Amino acid sequence: MMLSPDLPHATQAPLAEHQPLGTLHRGFSGHVFHILATEHSACLPADEMERRLIELGFVEGAKVTILHEGLFGRDPIAVRVNGTTVALRRREAMAILVS
Amino acid sequence: MSEPPRSAPFRLALVGPPNCGKTALFNALTGSRQKVGNYAGVTVERKVGNFTTPGGNTIALTDLPGTYSLRARSPDEIVTRDVVLNHHPEEPAPELMLVVVDSVAPRAGLRLAMELVATGLPMIVVLNMIDIARHRKIEIDTATLSEELGVPVTTSTAVRKGGLEALLTQLDSTLAQGIPEPGPNMWAPPDAADLRLSHRAADRLIDHAVSHPPEHDTLTHRIDRLLLHPVMGLGFLLVLLFVMFQAVFAGAAPFMDMIDGGFGAAAEFITGHIPEGLVQSFLTDAVIGGVGGVLIFLPQIVILFFFILLLEDLGYMARAAFLMDRIMGGAGLHGRAFIPLLSSFACAIPGIMATRVIDNPRDRITTILVAPLMTCSARIPVYTLIVSAFIPAKQVAGIINLQGLVMFGLYAAGIVSALAVSAVAKFLFARREASPPFMLDLPDYKIPRPRSVGFALWVRASSFLKRAGTTIFAMTVLIWVLATFPQAPEGATEPAILYSFAAKIGQFIEPVLSPIGFNWQISVALIPAMAAREIAVAGLATVYSVAGGAEGGEAALATLLASQWSLATALAFLVWFIFAPQCLSTLAVIRRETGSGKWVWVSLAYMFGLAWVAAFITYHLAVWIGWG
Repeated sequence: MMLSPDLPHATQAPLAEHQPLGTLHRGFSGHVFHILATEHSACLPADEMERRLIELGFVEGAKVTILHEGLFGRDPIAVRVNGTTVALRRREAMAILVS
Repeated sequence: MSEPPRSAPFRLALVGPPNCGKTALFNALTGSRQKVGNYAGVTVERKVGNFTTPGGNTIALTDLPGTYSLRARSPDEIVTRDVVLNHHPEEPAPELMLVVVDSVAPRAGLRLAMELVATGLPMIVVLNMIDIARHRKIEIDTATLSEELGVPVTTSTAVRKGGLEALLTQLDSTLAQGIPEPGPNMWAPPDAADLRLSHRAADRLIDHAVSHPPEHDTLTHRIDRLLLHPVMGLGFLLVLLFVMFQAVFAGAAPFMDMIDGGFGAAAEFITGHIPEGLVQSFLTDAVIGGVGGVLIFLPQIVILFFFILLLEDLGYMARAAFLMDRIMGGAGLHGRAFIPLLSSFACAIPGIMATRVIDNPRDRITTILVAPLMTCSARIPVYTLIVSAFIPAKQVAGIINLQGLVMFGLYAAGIVSALAVSAVAKFLFARREASPPFMLDLPDYKIPRPRSVGFALWVRASSFLKRAGTTIFAMTVLIWVLATFPQAPEGATEPAILYSFAAKIGQFIEPVLSPIGFNWQISVALIPAMAAREIAVAGLATVYSVAGGAEGGEAALATLLASQWSLATALAFLVWFIFAPQCLSTLAVIRRETGSGKWVWVSLAYMFGLAWVAAFITYHLAVWIGWG
């Protein structure tokens, strides 16, 4: 997979209407459109980050709902996905594009 | 099949994702016939138990650590992967796997089952907690599952009587037919595309075989709305911690008094029946004073572990990590570090062992290094003695007890310094690195089972008792020998201890400690306290020739210290104990958990360094104020 330092794809037309899960708030409900991990998302390689998100159930098409937010910076968030609840930081959730 | 029944037990293993009720199933199958140990080289718990099926087959069942996939990351998951792939040096692959799936949230378990099918090992899929699933109107078509996976599928309810019947019947029928030969191993580490495919396949399987009612408001959701609320959730956590510490300190007091009274009576009995001399001194000072002084913490440790085990079984610990992640993150720690650090208030040893849940090695090491700074229960006797001797029990601002305030300050100092040290470590070593991801499953709440909590509590308590009976006993004997021999010459006027080895050692290291206001008596007491902090109290008692353990012993010691030490020395002594790594068992566990001696030396150096510097500053500041 191509590794790019920032998010060039985010500016491209097809992806522009989809928002990263990390920018959304409690009560949001939608479907995963794409997983787009970059080297910036965490100290993990993008490919490893992508695999971990998939393992948590963030697969294209999965229904996601933000159930809870933390107090400081509304971070981390608790997301209902595929019948389970997972906690993750907004920084990691930026790699999950939802619609 | 008319083969003669084989004598060797069938080797089976339980495999499943975390929180699927695997351990409850293991306990239900094997009862108390289980052995808990460790895999060599790593501190991953190895649990094996035997049982006999109704069909007369004997089974040796291994409970493998929970994992979501064979793409293992933490030491626990690596053990499971290696055993399943038959790469483990000592544990061969099982003849038959029981793959445990949580029927309420079957996705993770079924996905793992599909991955495990690729290894070629024979298996039976067990839909556990089927009763809760039925109650929630989740219907699972076992026939379809079995057909699509190509393996037998059965159901179980580990926590109900008779809930194992279907599983045991399936097991007997599989064993009667003969376990199929393992197929070729087709498993290879998946890339992102493979994972997508396998998750889609799991989705399809669930579509075919599982019918969910529309997701409704479960109890877990309603509880979480309060407990994960940004403000109320944190408030609840604080109240919970407060209640926990109240229980640990106030709740344990009567039991501790009982133990103390028991040892006091024993000491009196010995002084009354055994003539004064070496034997009496050994029994009262070394055995009762040393071991008794440690055993007295058993109630506190049991209560603290009771809370921690209860919260773990309830499913609250993951929530605590969620609530604390941002706060811990400010200090460069991972949200998951909260649980180990909380356990460290009881004792750093279980705390350090609990760091295994942190999969990033750097985060794990940082947590291990700062865990001993949390105020463990072994510091309580030291703090209590000095505070009661030097801090007047007066009220500040009308309502706050000054002694309580100082105790609180000591606890706060431990927490603040742990956070500060990890922040400094992050700044020094990992400034540029992004922090590792925080991804955590928040399981449904479950009612803990009294038996499993009780069993886990017993394991913790007995390991503490064993430690008191071995390491601590050995150290107290050593100290007693050092403090007793050589004995004072005939007609000596000074206290006998002045002639002992202990005094010589104390006088030898005194130059290092005198700049921080410590006299040679303190130096002597600090040496045995390397074994365990609480021994410092017994050490001071011995050095100042006060009968320890006997009635009024501690009060007499407090009075004596108040007359001998300056307030500056007392404060420096307290500050020393916030930081000093005076616990050999903790250092041993650091070695075991990090797998190298390097981190032991790092801990020793930084903690002694901090202790000395902080005590130095405290002492000189206090002298300058006029408390010298």
